[in-house]
Amino acid sequence: MADFVITAQSQEKAGNLIVNALIKAGVKTALLIDSAGNVLANCGHEQQQIDIDAISLAALAAASLAATSQIAKLIGEDDFSLLFHKGKSGNIHFGRVGDELILITIFGDDVSLGLIRCRVAELADSLHNIFEG
Amino acid sequence: MALIDLSKKEVHCKVVFYGPGRCGKTTNLLYIHKAMDEKDRGKMLTIDTKGDRTLFFDLLPLNLGKISGFDIRIQLYTVPGQVMYEATRRLVLKGVDGLVYVADPLKVRQERNIEGLEDLRRNLEKHNLDMLKMPVVLQYNKRDLCDTPVPTLTVAELEHDLNQELKTSYYEAVATTGIGVFETLTEITKKTVRYVAEKHLLTRV
Ligand SMILES: Nc1nc2c(ncn2[C@@H]2O[C@H](COP(=O)(O)OP(=O)(O)OP(=O)(O)O)[C@@H](O)[C@H]2O)c(=O)[nH]1
Ligand SMILES: [Mg+2]
Repeated sequence: MADFVITAQSQEKAGNLIVNALIKAGVKTALLIDSAGNVLANCGHEQQQIDIDAISLAALAAASLAATSQIAKLIGEDDFSLLFHKGKSGNIHFGRVGDELILITIFGDDVSLGLIRCRVAELADSLHNIFEG
Repeated sequence: MALIDLSKKEVHCKVVFYGPGRCGKTTNLLYIHKAMDEKDRGKMLTIDTKGDRTLFFDLLPLNLGKISGFDIRIQLYTVPGQVMYEATRRLVLKGVDGLVYVADPLKVRQERNIEGLEDLRRNLEKHNLDMLKMPVVLQYNKRDLCDTPVPTLTVAELEHDLNQELKTSYYEAVATTGIGVFETLTEITKKTVRYVAEKHLLTRV
């Protein structure tokens, strides 16, 4: 697995894409992480910014997704296509970006899961190109 | 897998404490967490069972100051040492940049130490990593037990069992009181940062 080198340019590009596709659609926080648990981009809504511990979240999400895909293999699946947890007022969605990156989206009940899934899928290709292309 | 952020001038590396169950990996992180200034470390995250055994991993993020103008951020992880958690250990190794192998000096754990190192080699191979080419440091922990009547291994025996191939530095430690803990940390950090820097900054810039 290759190391990731982030430049100001790649960060800005990725940040803009995420803000336009997700934050402007009402997502509270979006984090782009790698499968080792590093944070590549952290975008949030200024008014709705929630104080999250991004480092812990990234480590847990990377580990949890790695465990989840092992579980999928145990039951004969390649991977699960929907990775989502629903809370009382907050929800979290995990989307794979290429083999090595994960886009985490945290949003409230005012945003539909369908929209998130659609936007994340659209973003995945462009983000993949920026960092791994 | 290190992350090099050229815009913020930060290098993030992952260092994993590996070793058999109960050898003192979590204790190392707890000591570092307690001893370091709050501004230089993040929150410690642990996922353990009720009985204190690590179930998934512990994580302690550290901020170790600047080297050549880059802020060095190290994430310390531990694996669950119990034999049955092999699959979990493999997941935690994903993207590792440096390793501390913690060994137990109890004579009854001699085999476990050797098996643990083999388990590490195997699991690294699954990530296409070669243990002998990576930054690795050995820590011979629980040296305080050598002054008690329980049968323990000498450093020479541990060296014979674990360090013939690795030929790396080792530190004697008592993780509960912190003896040797920062010596181990300093050495693995230096090795890891040098390894990542040689791979990138020096060859590319
Ligand atoms: N006497 C002595 N006890 C130690 C030392 N280091 C750790 N211990 C004790 O050994 C026990 C196991 O330590 P842990 O740090 O939980 O071991 P671990 O390697 O994280 O174990 P797993 O999570 O199961 O893999 C604890 O009761 C510690 O207090 C040491 O240097 N000397
Ligand atoms: Mg432990």
